Amino acid sequence: MKKGHILGLVVIAVALVIIMTTAGDASAYVTFSEAQEMVESGNRNKIHVVGKLPKSEDGTVTGIEASPDMLSFKFEMVDENEEIQTVFHSNPMPTDFLRSEQVVVVGSYQNGNFVADKILLKCPSKYQEEGVKV
Amino acid sequence: MIHYLPGNIGHLLVILAFITAIVATYAFAKNINDANSKWSRFAIGAFYIHAVAIFSIVITLFLMISNHLFEYHYVYNYTSKYLPVYYQISSFWNGQEGSFLLWMFWNAVLGIILINTNKSWRPALMAVFSFTQVFLVSMILGVVVFDVRIGSSPFLLLRDVVNDAIFTMQPDFIPEDGRGLNPLLQNYWMVIHPPTLFLGFATTVIPFAYAVAGLLTGKFKEWIRPALPWAQFSAAVLGVGILMGAYWAYETLNFGGYWNWDPVENAIYVPWLVMVAGIHTMIAFKKSDAALKSSIVLILMTYVLIVYSTFLTRSGVLGNASVHSFTDLGLSGQLLIYLFVFSVLSLGLCLKNWKKIPSSTEETSVYSREFWIFMGATVLSLMAFQVIIPTSIPVWNEIVEAFGGTSNLAPPADQVGFYTKFQLYFAILVALLSGTGQFFWWKKMDAAKLKKELSAPVIISLVISAIIFIVAKVQDFWYLILLTASIYSIVANSKIFIGVAKSNIKLAGGSIAHIGIACMLFGILFSSGYYKILSMNNTGLLWSREFPDEVNQNNLLLFLNEPRQMADYSMTYLGLRKLTSDDGYVAIDDIAGAISPLELLIAKPTITSSGKELSKGDTIRVVNPENSYFEVAYNKANGSKFTLFPRVQINEQMGTVYSPDIKRTLTADLYTHVRTFPDPEQEIEWSEIQEINVSPGDQFFINDYVAHFLDIKPLREVEGVNLGPTDVAVQATIEIEGELKNYIAKPIFVIKDNMAGRIPDVVNDLASRITIQSIQPESNLFVFGLSTTQKDWIIIEAVEKPWINILWLGTLLVVLGFSIAIYRRYGEFVKMRDKEME
Repeated sequence: MKKGHILGLVVIAVALVIIMTTAGDASAYVTFSEAQEMVESGNRNKIHVVGKLPKSEDGTVTGIEASPDMLSFKFEMVDENEEIQTVFHSNPMPTDFLRSEQVVVVGSYQNGNFVADKILLKCPSKYQEEGVKV
Repeated sequence: MIHYLPGNIGHLLVILAFITAIVATYAFAKNINDANSKWSRFAIGAFYIHAVAIFSIVITLFLMISNHLFEYHYVYNYTSKYLPVYYQISSFWNGQEGSFLLWMFWNAVLGIILINTNKSWRPALMAVFSFTQVFLVSMILGVVVFDVRIGSSPFLLLRDVVNDAIFTMQPDFIPEDGRGLNPLLQNYWMVIHPPTLFLGFATTVIPFAYAVAGLLTGKFKEWIRPALPWAQFSAAVLGVGILMGAYWAYETLNFGGYWNWDPVENAIYVPWLVMVAGIHTMIAFKKSDAALKSSIVLILMTYVLIVYSTFLTRSGVLGNASVHSFTDLGLSGQLLIYLFVFSVLSLGLCLKNWKKIPSSTEETSVYSREFWIFMGATVLSLMAFQVIIPTSIPVWNEIVEAFGGTSNLAPPADQVGFYTKFQLYFAILVALLSGTGQFFWWKKMDAAKLKKELSAPVIISLVISAIIFIVAKVQDFWYLILLTASIYSIVANSKIFIGVAKSNIKLAGGSIAHIGIACMLFGILFSSGYYKILSMNNTGLLWSREFPDEVNQNNLLLFLNEPRQMADYSMTYLGLRKLTSDDGYVAIDDIAGAISPLELLIAKPTITSSGKELSKGDTIRVVNPENSYFEVAYNKANGSKFTLFPRVQINEQMGTVYSPDIKRTLTADLYTHVRTFPDPEQEIEWSEIQEINVSPGDQFFINDYVAHFLDIKPLREVEGVNLGPTDVAVQATIEIEGELKNYIAKPIFVIKDNMAGRIPDVVNDLASRITIQSIQPESNLFVFGLSTTQKDWIIIEAVEKPWINILWLGTLLVVLGFSIAIYRRYGEFVKMRDKEME
């Protein structure tokens, strides 16, 4: 076999490994109940859950509690199946958290609690205009 | 009154630019087979008109911005009245249309340079070049054809874009001020980073155009010589652009580093890697035909990847996956066509000519330079492949959904960890190959010679690595391998450099660039692999038992003026400041308010951080009204001290944005940023009033601070109160001993028309409020009402990043190496061109 062929085979092998690990390490968008099932079946991968913060009738966000030292907080989140779940986050509350339209949490269940490693906020007002400032 | 003229001129110029780009493409294409000078003159003329049209579009848009024509959507949306000129320029890349314009601008400049520097390649080269301009201009065309809008014009009136009730009532309504520039872009790096990056984008089309021209005209080999210096220039500029972006992110964003493996970053990193791989095979080709096919493929691929990355970042397909991709302007269809046309063009030309492209059938020996260059190019391509596959996950979801399936794949949860893991292995190979390959490049090698050449560098680098291993305690296995490989690359390339530089410094570009890359790997390894979070929460308190134990708390809560110990430092939050244009920082508590957006009025005597004394009624100019700074003092046990001013920008539209401040020393950066602070809009909640009875001269406690009731005196005038002849007003003077200085509180008690009025005084720093509740003149007793609130606080994260300067140094070396190489290769091209011309 020529060296060129060996090299070609190695490249193909590495490429396959890359594709397989990408598929393996890729996260998924799921709901809280699916995330819980994943953990119960032994799958400890971190996943993405998309949802909203519950609001009371006057529009204030409910269910938020910061730790006494303000270094961490927990909040309630409603996923796309309208399921409510308490989410823990070990960082202070992001500044625009209460103003967000949509929240994506990245994390997993640990000891029965959902712990978010990352919180991604979608604030539509950020880059899109809504009417004109008069 | 609405100014219609500039918008109409702009529209007209865009259409002119679009038509002339088509005409130039056609004329240059005709000129390929028909050497008639008429076609050539016509084509050049068309391109010149095109270039002038592009320049005029840029000037028109800039004049609209600098004259604050807020009736236009682009001007309203991205600029405001008080924007300095350099940020008016930055607003060009706040919006999609403006950044496309920037890209076209560079293309126009480069096109003129190419027309005048390369006559023999001109027709085919410029045909491809003009063809790309057709697609780019179409992105800002803003013309509706058969109900399909082509492109998004920057010259639209606000009322035509935004639905707002005001325009039905007042069609001629013009807003007073614009929404302003995104605060993140208000940074000097953002003035130069995008133009550099887009110059890099624009230059990638030059080697691509040469390769296509070569395939079109059957000059399969000859295109390499003129294309090589441009490919090197492009890689250097694109690389610098990427690193400027990284540096900007490091200085301005608050994710804590310079690289986040965000899809937007990946989308540029990938074509850069492929282009660098292509440059290597092009250089190898100079000595053998073996690398010709791979050079063609890699260079074509680079530009297709550039278009793909444009599609990724501008079509909205990334959606939730990226923090800073543009929103969808309805350009995705056009971008897909752009991508499709250039992919098919590249693929078709390759397939058509594949058999005809010369290639060497000789087996390459392990001791040949081609073998090593080839290995390097392969590793770089695999690196690119590893990044582009996961980055394309959102595209994959779209494709599956387009065919009716469902795919809920998300990007890796820990993207930094995921990419770093793989790129680390490749980086080790890159360091080893760049160290070893150079020896094969400069000398004919065999086994014995190789041993002789390599033994010294290997031994030296092992010794250095061992010392660093012991001193810096590098214990991670893969980190240790990368460390050794980088040092080996630095040592080996230095040996090459010394050898080569002695004979001809012009040949030293490669070794310098490789030393630079190895330095960058070293800097990245230490600053990212061995960063140290200094602000670890060491109180040991667990907030909630529900909370898992393994959670790290990396942040620290600092109360105003209360020092806290953190690693070697004692740090103290000293309060919120404003930055003046000339005199450093001023405490916000000493500012009465704003006179105009950029002018503030001083409320009480104060000293700025630069030592200037200000008194009540003075005015100061501020750089940016939205910026406030947290003064944080660091004191080391050995007596050294410094102050950092991490920043917060409060912008109504964009929300609150934090930026770090960095203390730079030779060996490490101390990076500090604020995570959160009390919402300034939230009303202060005072505690219930506690009453005490005191006489002048008495001492009491407020909020645990010692306070002295100094004296009481009658007032003849009270601000805001109209005192009649029978009315009485008294003012108490109370001195309170704070942690760092003493404060004076002066509450006032008024009896007006037999009614008691109380004007309390608040000492913000001490979170205390004192009111005179009542006076008992006969016993000389005063009843003070004391109430307190929560002290001002911030939560910070402080990180030490060792040896980050080696990363920046490496960057400079890479640029230097590329510059020398470009100089050499361009010289070679000019020499050959001038010979051929005669």
